[in-house]
Parts: sequence; C-alpha cells; structure tokens
Amino acid sequence: MISIGERINGMFKDVRESIKNKDPKAIQELAKKQTEAGATYLDVNVGPAATDPVDAMKWLIEVIQDTVKTPIAIDSQKWDIVEAGLSVVKNDVLINSTKSDPEELDKYMGIAKDYNASLICLTMDKHGIPQDVEKRMEFVMQIVEKAVEHDFPMEKILIDPVLFPINVDQKQPALMFDIFSQIQMISDPAPQRNVGLSNFSQGTKEKRLLARTFLTMGIAYGLNAAVMDVLDKDLMDAAITAEIIMNKNVYSDSYLTAFRK
Amino acid sequence: MEIPNVAEKWTSSVNEITIGATKEEGGTREKTITIGGSKCIPFMDFDGSKGRKPVIAMDVYDIPPDDWPETLKKPFADVLNNPAQWAKKCVEYGADLICLKLEGIHPDKGNKSAAETVDIAKSILAAVGVPLIIWGCEHDEKDNEILPKVSQALKGENCLIGVVTQDNYKTLTVTCLADGHSIITLSPVDINIAKQVNILVSEMDFPLNRIVMFQTTGALGYGMEYTYSIQERERIAALTGDKLMAMPVICDVGHEAWRAKEAKSDDKDAPQWGPGEERGPMWETITATSLLQSGVDIIRMNHPKAVAAVKKCIDRLY
Repeated sequence: MISIGERINGMFKDVRESIKNKDPKAIQELAKKQTEAGATYLDVNVGPAATDPVDAMKWLIEVIQDTVKTPIAIDSQKWDIVEAGLSVVKNDVLINSTKSDPEELDKYMGIAKDYNASLICLTMDKHGIPQDVEKRMEFVMQIVEKAVEHDFPMEKILIDPVLFPINVDQKQPALMFDIFSQIQMISDPAPQRNVGLSNFSQGTKEKRLLARTFLTMGIAYGLNAAVMDVLDKDLMDAAITAEIIMNKNVYSDSYLTAFRK
Repeated sequence: MEIPNVAEKWTSSVNEITIGATKEEGGTREKTITIGGSKCIPFMDFDGSKGRKPVIAMDVYDIPPDDWPETLKKPFADVLNNPAQWAKKCVEYGADLICLKLEGIHPDKGNKSAAETVDIAKSILAAVGVPLIIWGCEHDEKDNEILPKVSQALKGENCLIGVVTQDNYKTLTVTCLADGHSIITLSPVDINIAKQVNILVSEMDFPLNRIVMFQTTGALGYGMEYTYSIQERERIAALTGDKLMAMPVICDVGHEAWRAKEAKSDDKDAPQWGPGEERGPMWETITATSLLQSGVDIIRMNHPKAVAAVKKCIDRLY
C-alpha cells in the first residue's frame, strides 16, 4: 500500500499558521508523526492562502527534509509550484498531480522523468471529470500510451480515477472498483491505482468509517495507493489487514507490528 | 518479431551479512564470509544481481556422532574424537565455515558443561582460520545455559549462533546482541512463524541485518519440497520488499540427508541401491543442489565428496 499522508496542507489551520510565521515546529512534528504511522509519502500542499506559494512550497519541503527522509508528494495544480518543489527535494518524490490532456501529460511526464519522480495522473481534462467508467478508461488508455511514448516507467504512474464525495454523487464510489480492476489488466506491469480518500467522506458524520470501508473494499479490487489520514490508526490497520487478506504480504501473528517496522 | 523482455523488476534484495572478524576487525579469523545480497530469484540474473555466492559450512560435533554410518565416518576416521582436528580436516575438504554442533550438551547425550564447551570452541578457533557457526542442541534450557557462555568466550569473532524459536528467543538474542554475533531464527517449515520469530527478535532491538533464517530442512524423499516451496516464498517476499523476510537462509542438508535410509543403509542391506560410497554423498548432493534453486545462502554439509560436488555446481552457476 502506498500511503500518502495528507496532513501537511495549508487547508489545516496549524499548517497555515506555520507557513505564515515561518515556524517549522508544527510541520516537523506532523512529518515525524506521519512517518512513524507508516506514511510512504508526505503530501505537501501550501493551501490557497499562502501569500508566496512558490516560496512556501520550498520552505515546507526543506523543513520536512531537515527532520525525516520520507519521500515528499508535491501537491499542487500550479506548474511553477511543482517546479519549485522539485528543485529542492532530496529523496524520492511524487508529483500530485496532472490532468490527462495530452499536452499536460507530455509536460508532466517530461519533468517527472527529469527528476526520477512518480506521477499521479487524474482521469480528467480541462473539460472536467467524466461521470462514467468508459470515459475514465479512455483517459487511462491515454495515460498508458503517453507513458509508453515517453518511456516512462509504468510502475511510477499512479492513476487516480477521481473519487467523488459520497454525499455529492452516491453512484460514483461503486464505479471505482470496476476501474481498479480494469487498470490492472491494461499493461504489465500495470500503473498503480490511487484515490483521494478524505475528499470522499468530507462533510459526512461518519467520515472515518466511510474512508475505512471504502479503502478496504478498494484494496479487494486492486486499489493500492491513497492520499489519506495516516494518523487514523484504525484506517491504517484496516488497510494493512486488507492487504494481508489479499495475500499481498506474508501473514504473521504480529503482522500489524511488522508493517510499521 | 521482437522477443519481449520478461525480466521481473524486483524492488528489494536479500540482506547481506558478514560472518567472522579478522584481526583488524577485532577477531582472529584469517578471512570473513559475506552472504546474501541477491536481487533475483536464484540464478535468474537477467532479473538482477545474483548477490553473493552460496557458501558451505561443514559440521563438527563436540562428541563423536553416534548415528553416522561408516561411509560418513570414514573421511573423518581419526578425528571424530577431536573437534579441532576435525575442523581442520573440514577446511582441507573445502569448508567455507565450520558449524560447531553442540550435540554433547544435550542432557541425554553427554550433558557437557559450559567450561568444556567453551574449551572446544576455543580449540577450533585456534585450529582453523574460517568463521564459525555455533549450533545448540535445541534443548531450550540447556541451550540457554551453555550458548551465552560460548557467545561471551567468542566475543569479537562475529559468529553466527543459533537457534532461536518463537518460544525461546530472549536469552540468546540478548547474548548475541551484547557479544556482537549474528543469530539464526528457526521456524518449523512455516513461513508465518518465520516472520513472527524475526519480529520477536527485532523487537528486542536486534538488527534485522544480523539475522539468518532456518526453516528446518527436509532431505530428498523426506519433505524436501516443503522446504523448497517455503524458501522460494521467502525469497520472493524479500525481493518484493518485506523487510522481515529479507534475511539470508541456512539449510541443514548434511544431517538430514544422512538420516535417509537411502543414504545410510549398508551395502549388504541394500545391494540393489548401489554402493553406499556413491549413494550417500549423492543423496546429500542432490538435496543441496535442489535446495540451492529455492534460495539458500549457507548449506550445512557433511561428506567431502558431496561438498566438492556442490561447490563445483555453485561455481558453475556463478
């Protein structure tokens, strides 16, 4: 499971304040806690309020890297912020994310390759997010074709079929399972399958239960990456257990401990 | 038509472990042995690096073995009473390491004391320059009494000591940690327990890269395929990034192969099976070379003919 810890995001007040006051303490604490919780990547998003987002991205990455070696996921839709982030990362890195317009894929796969970065590709383009499986799979095909064209390693692509919040369109979540299955058939090796998990349950009264249940069901269909609250121990334990059930890891009586080693 | 590249892309590798310490490193060995490091299924080097060559440890017992057939005793005829001379002979026969099996400390087989055992270990140390493996008698109480003493006496020599199990690991883990030795974790042909023992040992702050796994060995005709398939799964788990399964593997081929009636029967009892001189070593050789394909880093062996044949096989595969 590729778990992308979502907590270092300017949408959260503590992170916003830290950026504003250039006070690294809260950021470094979050980096440490998420790393200890088993995060594969630490998502870094400056949020909408930062006055100088390019500078903020660089500063965040630098203060995180002063504390932990956990790879960074640069979370931005803005090219200059992504570029700035890449210029300061020291370890493995993930770009979160690009849309699937051909020119966007060219641009992002180009830079990702330059930095040996992994890349989240959303199954959407400038016209918006498709509502059905078929159109999403067309984007998947496009992503895979572009990866072949750019000689981009397929296992470094994380396809995100854009999971809607459950309270926005209840038909959508179930479609994801079909897409996860289909992506695994599209090439060998196949691209990874990612979702934004907290977005899915935002604004609901059972936020954690919904996220946990979706993740568990998704893993049964081949979901293997998520931008998620890694500090939610129940959520992490459910993911680890689901992967054991799917025979992705060797079982042992202390398998939960084993995962956190 | 272009032939597709079917090489697997493994993400991880088997841990490397060095056994033995030279004078400069605080020990007295003439050379050290490094095992592990493989980044591929055994010998499929188009997938990735083969890593270090598998090595052979020859067994030396602290008492003359009572169940060895004549064929096996013959190459060691004058030395079975003298572990140091026995070890020397093994090195002449090509042993990369000596495995001192403390059979004689077992309450039913001699109940040797710690002092006697330490003397034996030291005499071997003085007689040969290769690194040592120390193997208890697998009687928990006796092992917990004797092995710490031997471990302390060999401090600085960077030995490999075993075995620990799910139910008995604390004493030896603490000892090996304190004295700087590596450790062997045993599981009874069970991959889940293998992982569990590794977790238990590592929870005592024992470094993962100083553990060697032992899945009790089955000889040809006596469950070898169970050992094979578990070791194969261990290797795949190591290559796919399971840190708790990334340890090198040791097999006890000699003892197991020579327990088989096909190996040990007298010529007069089994004339139809051909001469024991050939049959026994062959049984041991085939067990070893078969298990090599599943992923083994150290093979414990007995008969010099078998050792020579297996070494030749390893050299040709590397």
